[in-house]
Amino acid sequence: MLDALPTAFLFFLAALILPILPRGPLRSLLVLIVPVVAGLAVYALPMGNLVQAEFFGFTLDLMRVDPLSRVFALLFCIAAFLGGLFAWHLRDTVQQVAMLLYVGAAIGAVFAGDLVTLFFYWEGTAISSVFLIWARRSEASYFSGMRYLTIQIGSGVMLLAGIILHYSATGSIAFDAMTLDSPASWLIFIAFGIKAAFILLNNWMIDAYPSATVTGTVILSAFTTKLAIYALARGFAGTELLIYIGAATAVYPLIWAQLENDLRRVVAYALNLQQGFMFVGIGIGTELALNGAIAHAFVGVLYGMLLFMTLGAVMYRTGTSRATDLGGIYKTMPLTALFCLVGAASISAFPLFAGFVSKSLIISAAAKGSHYVVWGCLLLASAGGFLVCGLKVPFFAFFSKDGSLRPREAPGHMLLVMGLTAVLCVLAGTNPTALYALLPYDVSYQPYSTGHIITQLQLLLFSALAFALLLPTRLYPRPNPTVNLDFDWVYRRLLLGAIGLLAIPVRGFFRALDRFKAGPLKALIRTLYNTYGPMARTSQFWPTGAMVLWIAILLGVTLLVSYAS
Amino acid sequence: MATETVVHTALTLTDQLPALQIVVPFVAAPLIVLLGGRRWAWPIAFAASLASLVIAALLLASVLDGSIISYHMGGWAPPVGIEYRVDAANAFVLLLVSAISTVVLPYARTSIAREVSERHHALFYTAYLLCFSGLMGVAITGDAFNVFVFLEISSLSTYVLIAQGAERDRRALTASYDYLIMGTIGATFFVIGIGFLYMATGTLNLADLADRIADKGDSRTIRAAFAFIVVGIGLKVAMYPVHRWLPNAYTYAPSAITAFLAATATKVAVYVLLRFVFSVFQPAFIFEVHTLEFIILPFALVAMFACSFVAVFQSDFKMMLAFSSVAQIGYILLGISFLNETGVTAAVIHLFNHGITKAALFMAVGAYVYSAGGSFYDTMQGLGRRMPLTSAAVVIAGLSLIGVPGTAGFISKWVLVQGALEKGWWPVAILIVGSSLLAVIYIWRVIEVLYLQPTPEDSRVREVPMSMLVPIWIMTLACIWFGLNTDMTMSAAQAAARGLLAGSAGMMGQ
Repeated sequence: MLDALPTAFLFFLAALILPILPRGPLRSLLVLIVPVVAGLAVYALPMGNLVQAEFFGFTLDLMRVDPLSRVFALLFCIAAFLGGLFAWHLRDTVQQVAMLLYVGAAIGAVFAGDLVTLFFYWEGTAISSVFLIWARRSEASYFSGMRYLTIQIGSGVMLLAGIILHYSATGSIAFDAMTLDSPASWLIFIAFGIKAAFILLNNWMIDAYPSATVTGTVILSAFTTKLAIYALARGFAGTELLIYIGAATAVYPLIWAQLENDLRRVVAYALNLQQGFMFVGIGIGTELALNGAIAHAFVGVLYGMLLFMTLGAVMYRTGTSRATDLGGIYKTMPLTALFCLVGAASISAFPLFAGFVSKSLIISAAAKGSHYVVWGCLLLASAGGFLVCGLKVPFFAFFSKDGSLRPREAPGHMLLVMGLTAVLCVLAGTNPTALYALLPYDVSYQPYSTGHIITQLQLLLFSALAFALLLPTRLYPRPNPTVNLDFDWVYRRLLLGAIGLLAIPVRGFFRALDRFKAGPLKALIRTLYNTYGPMARTSQFWPTGAMVLWIAILLGVTLLVSYAS
Repeated sequence: MATETVVHTALTLTDQLPALQIVVPFVAAPLIVLLGGRRWAWPIAFAASLASLVIAALLLASVLDGSIISYHMGGWAPPVGIEYRVDAANAFVLLLVSAISTVVLPYARTSIAREVSERHHALFYTAYLLCFSGLMGVAITGDAFNVFVFLEISSLSTYVLIAQGAERDRRALTASYDYLIMGTIGATFFVIGIGFLYMATGTLNLADLADRIADKGDSRTIRAAFAFIVVGIGLKVAMYPVHRWLPNAYTYAPSAITAFLAATATKVAVYVLLRFVFSVFQPAFIFEVHTLEFIILPFALVAMFACSFVAVFQSDFKMMLAFSSVAQIGYILLGISFLNETGVTAAVIHLFNHGITKAALFMAVGAYVYSAGGSFYDTMQGLGRRMPLTSAAVVIAGLSLIGVPGTAGFISKWVLVQGALEKGWWPVAILIVGSSLLAVIYIWRVIEVLYLQPTPEDSRVREVPMSMLVPIWIMTLACIWFGLNTDMTMSAAQAAARGLLAGSAGMMGQ
């Protein structure tokens, strides 16, 4: 029966029903049940283009079910369930409705078989998710949401432009593999890239995730970037450029994460870094690599949510997620601390945890394809990621110096969902065959070879050693209460060598942007105001004579043109 | 071209539909004065408008296949007698005008009751019906001089209707006076143009004119006629830079009248322009191509930006929408200047889509005037919470004005961009998208005022009555409906464009 109804509509329907239900657990229950129903339905779906609709002379494929789209849809259903459970305490209609619409749009986009449908849902995710940021109802989150929306809509506009060009060039709106050989595919590529948080296009992610509500961050982290990963895997698998973008994206956030004080932002950086791994996997484009990228997206959602949930729980209890304000709270929140450690172990790709089985797929694929520089970057990113996130987040949040904070343990439903997610992370890590079975390609791969384990453990242990050594000698940057972007850059070079150089043009760019905003842009707006504002000639009452004069001029010119031709 | 002309022979009621289309509202107008009662004014006006709507729907249904109905007034055969001629293009306009009128009238009853003093009501509805029948007449007639006559009927009554806003703001009188001067000059130019045409061809019937111009070919007289007609109608269309009458007229007229005029009057003028540019004159004439390319096209682009900028900086919602209208007319003229089927389709479909969008928005303005006493952003602060239904309609119709996918406005802009790309005019396509971004700004300002600013503590503003809300929402839902279901509008617009572009061939065979 559910074959005939696009899965996304289940969520939209629920979003319609939700405001009618009485406030309270019933609504939370609805938010929980829908992903379960949808997930079961997706699992049972046959392959093929199931639902078609006519729109404006186009045939739209609303449900293209194939192994690739199915695994992402399943992932989104799981994420929606976990997010819904985490938000059980929520009594905010706006957030609940936005959440349902957001999940629905993301699933709809994944099943979109053509570019027009993709575009509709693409914008849908942008518009619905911004409410999760605005729902915090603070001035900062308002502006952050505006920036987020601007960038996301910008991505949508680029996508639309690309689609129009693509359509006028090829006459087809099918969403299939593309090559970067025309303005159309470049536009689409960049549109995907913005949502996927390519290097230098990633600022929105760091800006927006920590600005959302406690529950909103958890939800946001699961969908938008992973939807973009899906789109890239579908459209641009095997695009070599992606490998280099991926390597750069994997290394670049390290610096910033290192200096960051807000732990939720640290996690955002760390997730951004993981995106880099996925780009590399997609860029290599072999079945092994694609499987790796998708598996990494899958487990990335799990541990990303887990980390944001634990920090969310801390924030829910203490009201802050700043490294400088926290510390020592493992005594009163032992379970949350434990779950945070599981999340950290997963994101750092410790053997037996989720990240390991997917990351080693990608690193193996990079090595196999003889991309040694990229391979080196990925190793550096692995070690660095562990240093800046795997160690930093749990250490500063739960251990570190003992402050005066004595928060209570997280509420029951949060513990339940964190536990559930943690178990999933461990299960995926210990039982990779189950995870691999979900993947679209049939590849036999054994992550637990001696070589892999030893490489990874060496990497992690030496990073840990560095952390342990640097921390007391004060060479490890202690979190600063203020975010200082002008941090002594020589020091940064000491730590991360050549990568620091990258910061100069980037900083220069943003400085120039600031100067542009303060200087020419302001001047431009002033000029526009003087020309078109209420006091200007164009918008004042014109004397009748002036109007008549214009008529005479227009007539004269028209006569001239028709006589002269 | 399937140009099967149906000459009326049998005198059943169905055959008389073209005449009834005009006669019904035209006779109803003096009826209101004769009966004299304020009580009967509105019901008569509404009944006449509703009857017109039904007739227009029947007519459109019978010409959608590309056929043409030719009705001979009083049995006098054209070109000597006056001919009413219905094809897809003008049936579409007839339907738009009568539909808008029928939706606006129930709204007007409540809105006008507050904005115009009661002793003027009977005459007000008389003028309204005259204006309405004038607009319908312009669209339906197949006779050039008849076009002029109907144009004057609608214009003269429009001046009166705009001046009715003087009870709220005396500037309505200046606005009406300016429009009177401008409109009269426009009409004069138009009639001079027709004079030239008569001089060159010796006929006034549009179809006959087209055939004879095609036979005789280019001449100085015909060129002069073309220039005068384009500028004369350009005034009525509110083409940039002779648009200045429009913002004031729309701002100071009573709200219901603004909603009606914005959705219909300029649109009918656009229809006349289309008719002359494509059917009467040959689109193949080089002077016509040049005029469109060197005059209409650049001014359309300027209008899209200049007027959008003005709209961005306005502090009065109604004035903002009026300037936005001039910018939107820019899109329509742009579509015409492409001189290809897609462009003309875009013009026709935008004519319709912008009509319903602006009707919804201007009616919403009237709702704020009704409840809060004004349409300045200051008075509208935080009313999103006090008038949730009206404000939600503003948001949706605003999205349609921007051209967000899923709304009617998107469809027309999509077709327009396609038309530009078909021509290979990339920069123009980019400018279309660019000026849409300006629409985002000025609509966002309204949304910010309504939703993000605090409602004044002592505000007693309440939602407007149902009689206003229902028409607003009919138009708002139409914005969404025609954004999702494009079969009807697209096929009608395409049929119209094809018929128009067929030039004089569309008129032969009688």
